[in-house]
Amino acid sequence: MKYAYYPGCSLEVNSAAYDVSVRAVAEELAIELEELDDWNCCGATEYFSQDELTASAVVARNLALVDPELDQLIAPCAACYLNLKKTDHLMATDPEMGAKVNECLAAGGLKYEAGRVWVRHLLDVIHDDFGEVAVRDKVVRPLTGLRVAPYYGCQVVRPLSEGDCTEYPMKMDRLLTWVGAEVVDYPCKAHCCGGHMTQISEPQAFELIRRLLANAAEAKADMILCMCPMCQLNLDAYQSRVNGFFKTNFQVPIVFFTQVLGLAFGLPPEKLGFGKEIVPARPVLEAKLSSAPAGAGA
Amino acid sequence: MAEKLGIYVCHCGSNIAGMVDVEEVARWAGKQIADVAVARDYKFMCSSLGQQMIEEDIRKLGLTRVVVAACSPHLHEKTFRRACANAKLNPYLCQLTNIREHCSWVSTDREAATAKAKALVYAAAERVKWQQPLEPMPVKVNPRTLVVGGGIAGLQATLELADAGYEVYLVERSPSIGGHMAQFDKTFPTLDCSACILTPKMSEVGQHERVRMLTYSELEEVSGSVGHFRVKIRKKARYVDENLCTGCGICVEKCPRKVIDHEFEAGLGYRKAIYTPFPQAVPRIPVIDTQACIYFERGKCRACEKVCPTNAIAFDQKDETIEIDVGNIILATGWKMFDCRRLPQYGYGRLPNVYTNLEFERLCNAAGPTGGKIVLRDRKTEPRSVAIIHCVGSRDVKTNEYCSAVCCMAALKFGHLVLEKTKAKVYSFYIDMRTNQKGYEEFYQRLLEEGMIFVRGKVAEVTDAARLPSEHGQLIVQVEDTLLGKQRRIPVDMVILMGAMEPQADAKELGLKCGISCSMAGWYTERHPKLDPVATMTDGVFVAGVCQGPKDIPASVAQGAAAAARVQALITKGTVMIEPVVASINEEACSGCRICNNLCPFNAIEYDEDKGVSRVITAMCKGCGTCVAACPAGVISGAHFSNQQILAEIQGALWDANPNGNGLGGDGHASSAGDTQPSLVAG
Repeated sequence: MKYAYYPGCSLEVNSAAYDVSVRAVAEELAIELEELDDWNCCGATEYFSQDELTASAVVARNLALVDPELDQLIAPCAACYLNLKKTDHLMATDPEMGAKVNECLAAGGLKYEAGRVWVRHLLDVIHDDFGEVAVRDKVVRPLTGLRVAPYYGCQVVRPLSEGDCTEYPMKMDRLLTWVGAEVVDYPCKAHCCGGHMTQISEPQAFELIRRLLANAAEAKADMILCMCPMCQLNLDAYQSRVNGFFKTNFQVPIVFFTQVLGLAFGLPPEKLGFGKEIVPARPVLEAKLSSAPAGAGA
Repeated sequence: MAEKLGIYVCHCGSNIAGMVDVEEVARWAGKQIADVAVARDYKFMCSSLGQQMIEEDIRKLGLTRVVVAACSPHLHEKTFRRACANAKLNPYLCQLTNIREHCSWVSTDREAATAKAKALVYAAAERVKWQQPLEPMPVKVNPRTLVVGGGIAGLQATLELADAGYEVYLVERSPSIGGHMAQFDKTFPTLDCSACILTPKMSEVGQHERVRMLTYSELEEVSGSVGHFRVKIRKKARYVDENLCTGCGICVEKCPRKVIDHEFEAGLGYRKAIYTPFPQAVPRIPVIDTQACIYFERGKCRACEKVCPTNAIAFDQKDETIEIDVGNIILATGWKMFDCRRLPQYGYGRLPNVYTNLEFERLCNAAGPTGGKIVLRDRKTEPRSVAIIHCVGSRDVKTNEYCSAVCCMAALKFGHLVLEKTKAKVYSFYIDMRTNQKGYEEFYQRLLEEGMIFVRGKVAEVTDAARLPSEHGQLIVQVEDTLLGKQRRIPVDMVILMGAMEPQADAKELGLKCGISCSMAGWYTERHPKLDPVATMTDGVFVAGVCQGPKDIPASVAQGAAAAARVQALITKGTVMIEPVVASINEEACSGCRICNNLCPFNAIEYDEDKGVSRVITAMCKGCGTCVAACPAGVISGAHFSNQQILAEIQGALWDANPNGNGLGGDGHASSAGDTQPSLVAG
C-alpha cells in the first residue's frame, strides 16, 4: 500500500531518529512512502493564532501537493498531523474559508478540494489497518522484559483523534503489547509536555516535564516512548536541566515508538536512529534485551 | 362520483402560518381542486370553534368528504373524525394531512413550503374521494393484564390491579422480583431503609391470589391488539422444580462452587452456583447458574440434588414457552448501569478504590458484602476522605446528553452515610445541583450543614500519578473549581462515580415486539410527553418507571399506579372499539396457496382446511398491508389503503411536479363555492 509522506521539519534534524525509524518500520510492513515534492513548513503551533487564513494556506499547500493518485497522507509529527487535519476540517466545514484558501493556492497554480486527502498518523495506520495478527506476525525479537511508558502527548489524540479515547488513549499501549513489551499503566500519557513553554518560562515547563519523568520512574518504566518530536525533545534534551532544577536524578531514555517497534521487527538499532537520543537508551536495551536471541521466532 | 369536498387549512397559531401561506393554500384549493365545495383557513382548526365550523359545513353544504390540513394524525386525527361523526359523516371519510411536522416545521423557504403544503392538500383531496365509510369493531377486553418487569414500578402496577380484583401476570427476567431498589440501602430524602419499604410489597405480590409471577422468564412474542393480546413467554430453566422446592436453602449452603456475584452484589460479593439473589428474594426458589455449576461443567457433583429434602433439583429441566392471553400490557423494564470504564480518565477498573454508585450502594448496605462497613477494596481500611463525582455518563455529549435525574440526590444520600458511618471528609463534585422535588432541597441544605464539601466543576481526571510527596498512595481528583476560578487537586482515599442510568440493552427490541418506539436516547416514547405520560402509541400498551426515562422511586411508583389506573379504565369499560383498517380476503377467489399465512407478522391469518381458503382474523389484523402486497392472485384488499386510494394520493402529491396542473386526477375546475367563500380570517 502506498501513502503520501510528509516528514515535516523536525524529522529532518532533531527528530531524525523518528524519520529513519518510521521509514524502516514502514518498509518492514510493506508500506510505501512517497515523500511530498517540495513540501513546506506546517506553521507549527503558533501560526494559527496569528492569522488563520495565511496559516491555513501554508498548510493547504502541502495537501495540494499530494499525488492525485494517492488519497492518504502519513504525517508522523504530531503538530504537522494536527495542522494538516485541522486545515482539511476547516476547509470542509467553512466553505467560505475553503474558497479563500484556494484563492491563495491558485497564486501558485495549486488547488485543494477539502476531504480529498485522509491525513493519518502512522500509529493509526499500523493499529487500525494492520491490526494485532499482522503485527505479531512481523515480530522476530519480542521485547520481552522491556518496560515501556507510552506517551501520547496532546496533539494526536485531541481533538481529531481517530477512534482512540482522547482522555486515556490505548492504541500505543496495545501495539506495544503485541510486540511483547511490558506496557506500564502511565496515567500521564496524554498530559502536556510543556510545549514551547521551555522558551517562555522554564520553571513552569520544568514542572510539567518533571511530572512526566517522575510518573514513569515511579512505574519503573525503562523508557518513555513518544509519538511527537516536541515531546521527545522536551523530555530528553531538558532532562538534565530538570534534574538540576529539582535536585532529582532521572535517567529515563526518551525514544520514538517506531524505534522499539523496529527492534521487535528484527532491525538493527543503528538503522533505527538509536544513539541520537541524549539520555542513552543503549544501556537499558542491552540489559533488557540481550537475553533475547536475535532472530528468534515470534 | 360527484363528491362534495370541504378543505380546512389550519394556521396552528404561527406554527404553520409562520412558514406556509395558509390563506393562499385554501384559496388555491378552492379554485384548483375538483369537487371542492368549500375551502377555508382558520387560526386553530382543533379548537371547538374550528370543529363547529366543519360540522356546520357538513350539515349546511352537505359535504361528503373532509380534508383537514393541520398537524400529525397522532395528535388530532381522532378530533376531526369525531367532528365528522358529530355531523353524521362517517369518520373514515375525513383525511388529515400533516402540513406542520411534514412541512412548516422542517422548511426554511416560505414559497417552497407553501407549494409543498398545496401538494399535500391535493394528495389528501384526491385520496379522500376514494375512501369508503368504515365502522370500527367492538372487541371485548380481556381483564387479565401482563406486567413486564418486577422492579418497584412493575410491583406497584401489579398490586394496584390485583387489589382492584383483576388477574395479573408478572414477568421478571431475573430469578427474583425487587429490581434495583432491592440493592439499595437507604432511600432519599427520608433515609428510610429501602428493603423495609420494598420487601412487604414483594411478599404481597408473591402471595397474592390474583398474581401469577413468572420469574426468570422473558417476553418472547406479542400478537393481537388492545383487549386481546396473545403473549409468548419463555420460562428459562431454573433446574429446580418450583412445585417441590420449599426454599429451605440447604442446596445453596452445600453447593461447593462460589463465584463473584456481578448482578445483585455488583461484583463486590460472592454467590453460589445455585442461588437466590438475596435472602428476601421472592420467590425463594433458587436457580442454577449453568455457567458456574460444576455439574454442567464436568458432569459430576450434584451435591444440591443429594441434600435436597424434597427432590426438587431437576437437571433435565428445559426452557418452557408459555402462551397467555391478556387485555393490556404494562412495560416496566427499568434501566441498566452505565459502564464507567467508558470514561477511562476516572480510572474505574484500573484504580481499585474507584467505585460505581451501585457498588457503593452494596458497600454501605447492612446486608451487603461488608455488612455495611464503608471500607476500601482491602476490606479493612476506612477511608479518611471520599470524593463523589456527579454526572458520569450523564449530561455529556460524548456519552449521554440527558440528566439521569436521581444522581444528585443519591450523591447527597451517600455523603450523609459516609459522614454518619466514618470520620471521612466528603467532597461532591457537581455541575449543577438538581434537588427539585418535595423535601429534596431541604436534604441538600441538611448536607451543607452536616459538612459535606461541594465543589462546582466537572472533574478532569482521577489519577494515581502523584505530583507532591503528600499525594502518594492517594487518588487525586483534578478539577476546575468554577466558583473559585481555579484548578484544584484534591487527594482522597475513595472515589464514587455517579454512573448514569441507561436504557436496557434490549429495550428497543422489546419495544418492537410490543409495537412501541424509543426516543433517540433509548427510552420508551409515551403517547404525549405532558398529557399522556404512561400510554404509548399502541393502544393497550403502557409504560411505567425508568424505562420511559430516568426517574426516582416516588415517580416510578406514581407511574406504576397511573398505568394500572389506565388499564382498569379499559377493563371496566369492557369493550374497546378497534380500527376497521384491516385486510380482507375475497374467499371466492382465494386459491388457498397460504403464502399470506406465514408472512403476516401478527399471526392474524388462519387457514380454513375445509374450504381450502385463508381468512383474516379481523380482531388481530393491524392493517399493515403485507398480505395485500404479497397475494399472488391479488384477492386481498386492505381497507382504507386500496390501490385506487394510494394511486390517487400519489397523483395528487405530484401536483408540484406539474405546475400547470392539467394531467392530474381532475382538471381543477374552480367550484363556485370556493370562489365566493371568503376566508374566515380574512373576513
